[in-house]
Amino acid sequence: MAEATRAAFGRALVRVGGTEDRIVVLDADLASSTCTKPFADKYPERFFEVGIAEGNMVGVAAGLALAGKIPFAASFACFLAGRFEQIRVSVAYNRANVKLVGTHAGIGIGEDGYSQMGLEDVALMRTLPNLVVVQPADGIEAEAAVEHLVRHEGPAYLRLTRQKVADVSPAGYRFEFGRAVVLREGRHLAIAASGAVVGHALVAADALAGEGIEAAVLNVHTLKPIDAARLTEWGARTGAVLTVEDHGIVGGLGSAVSEALSETGIPVRCHGVRDFGESGTGDALYAKHGLDAPGIAAVARRFVADLAHPRERGHATGTRRGA
Amino acid sequence: MSGTPTRSEEVARLKPIVRRMREHVIRMITAAGSGHPGGSLSAAEIVATLFFHTLRRRPGDPTWADRDRFVISKGHGVPIVYAALAEAGELPVEELASLRKLGSRLQGHPDRVLLPWVEAATGSLGQGLSLALGMALASRLDGDRYRVFCLLGDGETQAGQVWEAAMAAGKYQPANLVVILDYNKVQLDGPVHEIMDLEPLATKWRSFNWKVREIADGNDLGLVIEALDESGRGGGPWMLIAHTVKGKGVSFMEGKAAWHGKAPTPEEAKRALEEIAAHG
Repeated sequence: MAEATRAAFGRALVRVGGTEDRIVVLDADLASSTCTKPFADKYPERFFEVGIAEGNMVGVAAGLALAGKIPFAASFACFLAGRFEQIRVSVAYNRANVKLVGTHAGIGIGEDGYSQMGLEDVALMRTLPNLVVVQPADGIEAEAAVEHLVRHEGPAYLRLTRQKVADVSPAGYRFEFGRAVVLREGRHLAIAASGAVVGHALVAADALAGEGIEAAVLNVHTLKPIDAARLTEWGARTGAVLTVEDHGIVGGLGSAVSEALSETGIPVRCHGVRDFGESGTGDALYAKHGLDAPGIAAVARRFVADLAHPRERGHATGTRRGA
Repeated sequence: MSGTPTRSEEVARLKPIVRRMREHVIRMITAAGSGHPGGSLSAAEIVATLFFHTLRRRPGDPTWADRDRFVISKGHGVPIVYAALAEAGELPVEELASLRKLGSRLQGHPDRVLLPWVEAATGSLGQGLSLALGMALASRLDGDRYRVFCLLGDGETQAGQVWEAAMAAGKYQPANLVVILDYNKVQLDGPVHEIMDLEPLATKWRSFNWKVREIADGNDLGLVIEALDESGRGGGPWMLIAHTVKGKGVSFMEGKAAWHGKAPTPEEAKRALEEIAAHG
């Protein structure tokens, strides 16, 4: 099945709202897009529509949290990232139990173009102490993540897709916060992916296997705290880690993995978005930026080749060096 | 003791507390070697009235669920809150000397994790009203169990978020929200009307669907008590525009932007304390 993770979030929100009446939801005139509308329809007294004023939304959410509520404040990832100062002081420094939900992550949103694309949000959120960052890879995981965040005491950021993503989680999947999921084992390379691109990484691994490259695929749904232990384990087992994300190349998953593995000596290569986004279909943008399965396979192939011929490294790093 | 005290009895009771709070402010900022005396002194009567007359609270229990909340949005003015907490017996007076020092609960701007009495971290100006509104909405969801008071600085109402929050409160009409604006007319870089004029201020708040009341002299305890008594009964959101004097009580600080964020020297502190004692 394929489903947008925002849709799964909206469904989960209605369900958890029925069993936990401390849950309140805030939106800034995007309820139809962030998928908070079903909650608003079912629990209107616990839904606050604040208009196109995300800074105030973040602050009101923090106030509600400090008074004992469990607020989910939703907007596009880019608009939440733009309210970093409110998130920094009113939410994170206060340790306010606010769940920030950034939908429309990355270039995968397609036609709306750069101004609506969350490409810096993970980088910013990761800098704040107390604040955890979760990015599910499919609808199953998104629902489970929402349930977990209701129980998680403290500020959190949940990053979701506009576009449908294919299910990657196995049947009977149980979400373990902070624990990367090994979706495929391999011995030549570990691909650590997060969010919408996890499914593409699995398809890429299939293609690589046909060429004799056995790539492990890890779904890194918790970006902070990063699962340093499992990433180190798989980096050591395979000899290298390739990170793949629909987010700017600075500060996201690639940076988190690089930081975590910086003292291990394990080679890490980061693959993500190296420029502003632009309009086009999501598929066309993924192809252009090498985030579809063929693009990921090509980067992985080059990485493995570079590892095999270290003297040539630096000449064949593969991807564009824009950022 | 029987019966409710009259307003003049309350003024007489609070007056020495206000004087000691001003003395605490001068002493702690002098000891710290940095801080914001001007905006602490202008708000002394407002904060004293809140802590010793208005706020429903349980001594020793900063996290009592039904307490009235007080958010000081102008976080740089927090020394006057620390002074009130010391007078209320919630902080040892000696601890005030730790203001701004390494390891102290008394951060330069409020930190609720270290000191729950302050309710919220503020100091990134313009954010406190949104926090207070969120608390007021939570109170309403829980059956109006407590009221929420918020002290805004005048300069910080230049921030767009304040008006986002004003619009949202105008929409949701939380009856239990009372905001006091410490209109001392001076901000860091100079007079408010030169930096970015706020007038017509009452008209602006009324047009955002707030109940507005001006306190002609926000350093007059009787007037502050009267305004908070009326607005504290509900019917909000209330905006109380308190006309105050920056640096009130210390002649060489009054109305001076230079004393927005500067600590007195020991000699200046001595003069300031003498003046406060003489007039308080």
